[in-house]
Amino acid sequence: MEYNHILIRYGEIGLKGKNRKMFIERLFKNIKVAVKAFPNVKPTMTRDRLFIELNGEDHEAIATKLEKVFGIHSFSLAVKVESDIEEIKKAALSALLNVGKPVNTFKVSAKRPNKTFPVRSQEMNYEVGSYILRNTENITVDVHNPDIDMKVEVRDAFTYITCGDYKGAGGLPVGVGGKVMVMLSGGIDSPVAAYLAMKRGVRIEAIHFHSPPFTSERAKQKVEDLTSVLTEYGGKIKLHVVHFTEIQKMIHQTMPANYSMTIMRRMMLRIAEEIANVNNAKAITTGESLGQVASQTLDSMYTINEVTNMPIIRPLITMDKIEIMDISRKIGTYDISIRPYEDCCTVFLPSAPKTKPKRENANRYEQNAEFEALLKEAVNNVETIEITNETKVEDQQFEDLF
Amino acid sequence: MIYFDNSATTKPYEEVVDVFVKVTNNYFGNPSSIHKLGGESEKLLFQARKVIASILQVKDQEIIFTGSGTEGNNLAIKGIAMEHKNRGKHLITTMIEHASTINTFKQLEKLGFDVTYLPVNQQGIISLTDLERAIREDTILVSVIHVNNELGSIQPIAEIGTLLKKYPKLHFHVDHVQGIAKVPLAIEKCNIDLLTCSGHKFHGLRGTGFLYKRSGVKLSPLFTGGSQEMKLRAGTENVAGIVSMAKALRISIEKYKEKHQEIVQIKNWLMEQLAEVDGVELNTPMEQSAPHIINISILGIKPEVFIHALEKHDIYVSTKSACSSKQSEVSHVLLATGMDENRAKSAIRISFSYQNNLEEAKVFMEVMKKELRQLKKIMGS
Repeated sequence: MEYNHILIRYGEIGLKGKNRKMFIERLFKNIKVAVKAFPNVKPTMTRDRLFIELNGEDHEAIATKLEKVFGIHSFSLAVKVESDIEEIKKAALSALLNVGKPVNTFKVSAKRPNKTFPVRSQEMNYEVGSYILRNTENITVDVHNPDIDMKVEVRDAFTYITCGDYKGAGGLPVGVGGKVMVMLSGGIDSPVAAYLAMKRGVRIEAIHFHSPPFTSERAKQKVEDLTSVLTEYGGKIKLHVVHFTEIQKMIHQTMPANYSMTIMRRMMLRIAEEIANVNNAKAITTGESLGQVASQTLDSMYTINEVTNMPIIRPLITMDKIEIMDISRKIGTYDISIRPYEDCCTVFLPSAPKTKPKRENANRYEQNAEFEALLKEAVNNVETIEITNETKVEDQQFEDLF
Repeated sequence: MIYFDNSATTKPYEEVVDVFVKVTNNYFGNPSSIHKLGGESEKLLFQARKVIASILQVKDQEIIFTGSGTEGNNLAIKGIAMEHKNRGKHLITTMIEHASTINTFKQLEKLGFDVTYLPVNQQGIISLTDLERAIREDTILVSVIHVNNELGSIQPIAEIGTLLKKYPKLHFHVDHVQGIAKVPLAIEKCNIDLLTCSGHKFHGLRGTGFLYKRSGVKLSPLFTGGSQEMKLRAGTENVAGIVSMAKALRISIEKYKEKHQEIVQIKNWLMEQLAEVDGVELNTPMEQSAPHIINISILGIKPEVFIHALEKHDIYVSTKSACSSKQSEVSHVLLATGMDENRAKSAIRISFSYQNNLEEAKVFMEVMKKELRQLKKIMGS
């Protein structure tokens, strides 16, 4: 008997009181989207669990998808059989044999939510366990540290047998918490920030600042590729590309060099706020980490933050670079992020940016140039690309070559 | 023409040649150049990597483009040996590997490595017990050919992978050159760390190939130079070759779905027919063998003579591996299965692709029988 189900457990959302239903329904929708590529699977929802009927689809491939869905605490491959002790024994044996790794020791933990089932949990542990022992060689029971902890759950007419859990992504289902606008530079940090924001249940849209000809198509492509990786966690994502060249030129020509980075950040934030407003996002997310570079000192953040009163979510604020890189590798953005192209934060970087800029100075300098019109133009001319998980493999331009 | 030497090389698909020409003409920029032309070439390279990775169900960055199967095997084996020699100098392989593997191990022996060559049974298959017994505290690599290029025998890669999982310090390399698009292999499920493929065995162009390297596995590069291919294979990328290889793989995988049954049928039919012919011995095992390779011995007739007899009719088969067939010594693969020297010396390999059909097999059988009668008369046996 093959594994025919995946059993999904909720984490935090199980504790959500009256809103629980809304959280679970969102999770259910997200799971359906995640397994869309497998036409035969059938997800179903019950009060405290979600099940996916596999109907012959490849369980490992589906597991890979589920590992990326926020809101899942853990999941297990399961064999579903009728609640009949003989059937249960047989299924338990084959589940153990099909587990796909060497097994030397196991234990059985039976549960009986269906109290009408005639065999009690303790008896069942014994019955199932001894059946397995009789029908295998070189496998023994170890109740303390088994290779396989087999769970047998008798629910109503059916019983589920599982051998070990996959860890879920945790967090909350994407979409329960509204929307944030992520400032995506193409570096290592901002995609990680986007990922962590999504983990808390928000949907994201992304903003990228593009400064041709100072920055290249490749830098933009890089951000598209990063966004595409992020869609594996959050479904389709809108990427807003802001043409930033004129503003950068103006900053470069009219602002004092040591304040140019601060002013540039303030301009970016003004634009981001505007785009967030238009698209109904309630916060801005950045990849800032305290003390990492000149723009990320407390003084810098204080001065830059002055231009908006929209919440700014900085998931990486207390993290070390190493921790950020680890997550970046884990989520699959690292190799894209390290492609070595200039982006608009590096092109005009002054040799000695101010690490302790002051709000009053920034305000005074900004009055020396006409930014209003340029900001408006940048917002009006934003180029919005919708990126879905499918856009990833196929690129229209080269379609005939592959 | 009846071309039955597909294990030596395959005829490139027309579409593959077209793509090669198009990319050569239109995207000639160096992918490492930072201008737009370079950008386009680089984008093509990314996409080729994506296409191949998604077919193999692995991550993009786990594909390293190489120049051939030989290079892939060298990079995998020497790469592990050199990178991990401080951890141990014992390596395990089989007695029926391709020349590019065997000779790499021979070279490593000269450098002070200790190599165990696992024996095979009559069907050309290694035993898991032998393998487990061979593993030592200082073993750093097990390298096994998936589908043997001469016999077509299939090694139990999944079982080997499961066994090796118990030894997490060990690396597992699979030479998949003959297997790809013919005998499916679930790379991740089989716990494979490194896997070699070659473009021209699936109707791509020569001079193309790739190595799968599981992320996290550390290799020492063969060539030092630029930072192409994650610094593991320096040298300006053969973009046109790589893109056309991705196309060839894609087409071959589609053909697998469409035509796999057909070549299984051709093979079975031929095996039955050949078994009936006087003086012909089947060397390829009936079970656990690939659908596209049949190895036979024709006792009393020199293989070279037989090959020339067929080529008069525009029919092409070969002796052993093309990479060793000009050497006069007897096939080490056939000897390893325990057959006597006489039988091993008179081996012929008939190998198909999805471009062949049953009609061709029928013509082949007829011509073969006729030529055999002729040859036997002349050779007086």
